Amino acid sequence: MVERKKPIKNRLRRTMMFMNAQKPGLIKDAYIYGSDSIILDLEDAVAENQKDAARFSLYHALKNIDYGDTEVIVRINGLDTPHWQEDIRVCVAGGADGIRIAKCESAAMVHQVEEAVLAAEREFGVEEGRTLLMAALESPLGIMNAYEICKASDRMFGVAISGGDLRKSLHVQIQRDGIELNTARSLMILAARAAGVQVFDTMFPNIDDMEGFKAEVIMDHRMGFDGKSIVNPKQIAFVHETFAPSEKEIAYAEKLVRSCQAQADAGIGVYTVDGKMVDIPFFEDAKRIIALAKACGVYHGDL
Amino acid sequence: MINAVGRDIPDYLLKDGREVYQGKNYRDGQYFKKDSPRVKKHEKPEGSKLCSTIREACEKCGAHDGMTFSFHTEFRDGDYVAAMVCKVLVEEMGLKDLHVAATSLGSAQNIFADYIEEGIIVEAQSSGVRGRIGEAISTGKLREPAIIRSHGGRPRAVEAGEVHIDIAFLAASSSDCCGNAKGQGGKNNCGSMGFAMHDARYADHTVIITDALADFPNIPCSISCIDVDAVCVVDQIGDTSKIATKEARMTENPRELMMAKNVADVIAATPYFKDGFSFQTGVGGPSLAANRFLEEHMRERNIKMGFALGGISGAVCDLMDKGLVERILDTQDFDQKAAAHLFSNPKHIEIDLSQYANPSNKGAYVNNLDFVVLSALEIDTKFNVNVITGSDGILRGAPGGHPDTAAGSKCCIIVTPLTRGRMATVCKDVVTVTTPGDCVDVLVTDYGIAVNPLRQDLIACLDDAGIKHVTIESLQEKAYSLVGEPDPLEFEDQVVAIVEARDGTILDVVRKIKPYSFD
Repeated sequence: MVERKKPIKNRLRRTMMFMNAQKPGLIKDAYIYGSDSIILDLEDAVAENQKDAARFSLYHALKNIDYGDTEVIVRINGLDTPHWQEDIRVCVAGGADGIRIAKCESAAMVHQVEEAVLAAEREFGVEEGRTLLMAALESPLGIMNAYEICKASDRMFGVAISGGDLRKSLHVQIQRDGIELNTARSLMILAARAAGVQVFDTMFPNIDDMEGFKAEVIMDHRMGFDGKSIVNPKQIAFVHETFAPSEKEIAYAEKLVRSCQAQADAGIGVYTVDGKMVDIPFFEDAKRIIALAKACGVYHGDL
Repeated sequence: MINAVGRDIPDYLLKDGREVYQGKNYRDGQYFKKDSPRVKKHEKPEGSKLCSTIREACEKCGAHDGMTFSFHTEFRDGDYVAAMVCKVLVEEMGLKDLHVAATSLGSAQNIFADYIEEGIIVEAQSSGVRGRIGEAISTGKLREPAIIRSHGGRPRAVEAGEVHIDIAFLAASSSDCCGNAKGQGGKNNCGSMGFAMHDARYADHTVIITDALADFPNIPCSISCIDVDAVCVVDQIGDTSKIATKEARMTENPRELMMAKNVADVIAATPYFKDGFSFQTGVGGPSLAANRFLEEHMRERNIKMGFALGGISGAVCDLMDKGLVERILDTQDFDQKAAAHLFSNPKHIEIDLSQYANPSNKGAYVNNLDFVVLSALEIDTKFNVNVITGSDGILRGAPGGHPDTAAGSKCCIIVTPLTRGRMATVCKDVVTVTTPGDCVDVLVTDYGIAVNPLRQDLIACLDDAGIKHVTIESLQEKAYSLVGEPDPLEFEDQVVAIVEARDGTILDVVRKIKPYSFD
């Protein structure tokens, strides 16, 4: 039996890789590829008459496989199905780090899941509050309610946009430049940042189109996402490279952190670094970049 | 006597100058006298050496009981000639006490297994043993232990006179009536004849067997008519579609791709990865895919490969066509693309096995190799590799150029999944040592990378590049935790095969397998 460490709400989640929970061959060592999180799927990947088999496979994996530092999230079935309560019991009993709520549209839905999770934690003697939550926003209503969803529970660590269903509701097709989801992505990012939770972009469906994938990852990074859902291990490396701070960013952040300390000691608020005006929010952002660089394993300084 | 890799070699095998393995480069600087063939003069103008049957050619070359015959395996699983010839020797001519000196033995030569069982073939020397022949040898059916030699060890043994070939039967894709022969210009083109060329010069007699008779003179050629006694034309010399066996494919398996990427990253982290570097890889999934990831690193650093060596796949030819490889030195073509490329590109050059890897010559190319990427059936915590015996102790593999390139290269990388089915690939002790651990530098598995502690310089390179690595012991423990620790295999005392190191010393022996019983 493997005891998983207590999940960390604000951890690094550049890549969240989906895997069918029903396939032991896939999930037995999914951590070897080095994605930050894996999402074991009980929902769309599993046929309706195989839900129970998938839960057994999932529970066994959670109990017996040492996933190390890789976060293990489970995507449960929608609240409009007969499966979600039993899914939650399995996740909590097995000790999953978090649950991804599919097709989330309101704070009330988060509350519904939260209640079931708490009940399961009590039932199985799991530390109350241990199991984290995230929500997938797959409809225009979900996007419009993003802020209340992000704020609905202390367990919430983030929201993800789910492009497949959303595009259908918006009457659009996938576009090379991502214009079709521009508004939805932007609104969700605003809501998540306002609520202080993480925000993830949808997966890129065509695994053979690496050029298209790379373009989307670069866009995600520029828009301000924290990470991305992925569906194949070969997508991991590029996301990690793209989301890691560049050497230039790190050097500038280091300079800021060091100078700010000195300026603060001297009682100065606003000043300039490399000819650019900086103040306290710059300092905070610089600290965030150093922390991200450390988490990405690309920081070699002494801060 | 215990050798340098800790294997117990029976004393009775240590005769006629035979020694146990003493560590790499043990025989460096020694002198030896080259063996020479006893050849028949063809003084009188004869016009043509064509024989109407293989039997006629055999008789012309004095085929006799107790002789040693050789053939090459450039057609891999698609070879027809070895079986065809052996059938004539045994069934038409009734010869016995035959000795086989092959570059490999596999399913295409399954008929040999029958002749071994019947006691007609009494000895075999090969760089690889697969299929039914492996089972026949492992169950002790040969009179003498088989000798497993590397691709470099084979020409070394030939030149040292440790094996003297009476007749070499060499399949050629085209030949003229006098024996100017090559792996091109016919209906079944194998490409490089690197496995055959050396035999033609050292065998007492050489018979060319072709299915495409070319006009005289069929030059340039791989085998010259000055070394050929007879030429036979047959319907088909082989099936080229079976040259590219299922392992010669570009993988889409994410696990193999990840390992391939890690291999390329390790290569790029070493000081040898600079303009003009040299490289060899096999055709296992991750080894082949490493080419793809290496290309990215080469473009990023704006460097080119000086030469690619050994068995050649279309993937390496693609790199040359993209302007990333200066020379290809080719002993064997793994697919039809590579075979065709050899003859269409002047910088793609055929070399024989002695040029490639013979440790006794004055300039084997493997000794100028920077990187080699190899697979393994097993690797143990001392980095010893086994590529010859399966988990059941039966011969079913081929060292090929594995030990030669590992010893010659500056950086030898083994890439293998941690487990195969229920078997741990990384283990405490390999069943048979085919490549000694002092020649192996890095292990890349799907569960992590380990560097041989002998190579502290490479450990520093990986650390500088931020490439994570672990101890090989931790990988072995992980493997055993996943699939369990295997019980030791049980063997009888009889030695059924001797595994020679590339210098001719004895690296290990394979013993007769004990039939499994429930008791």
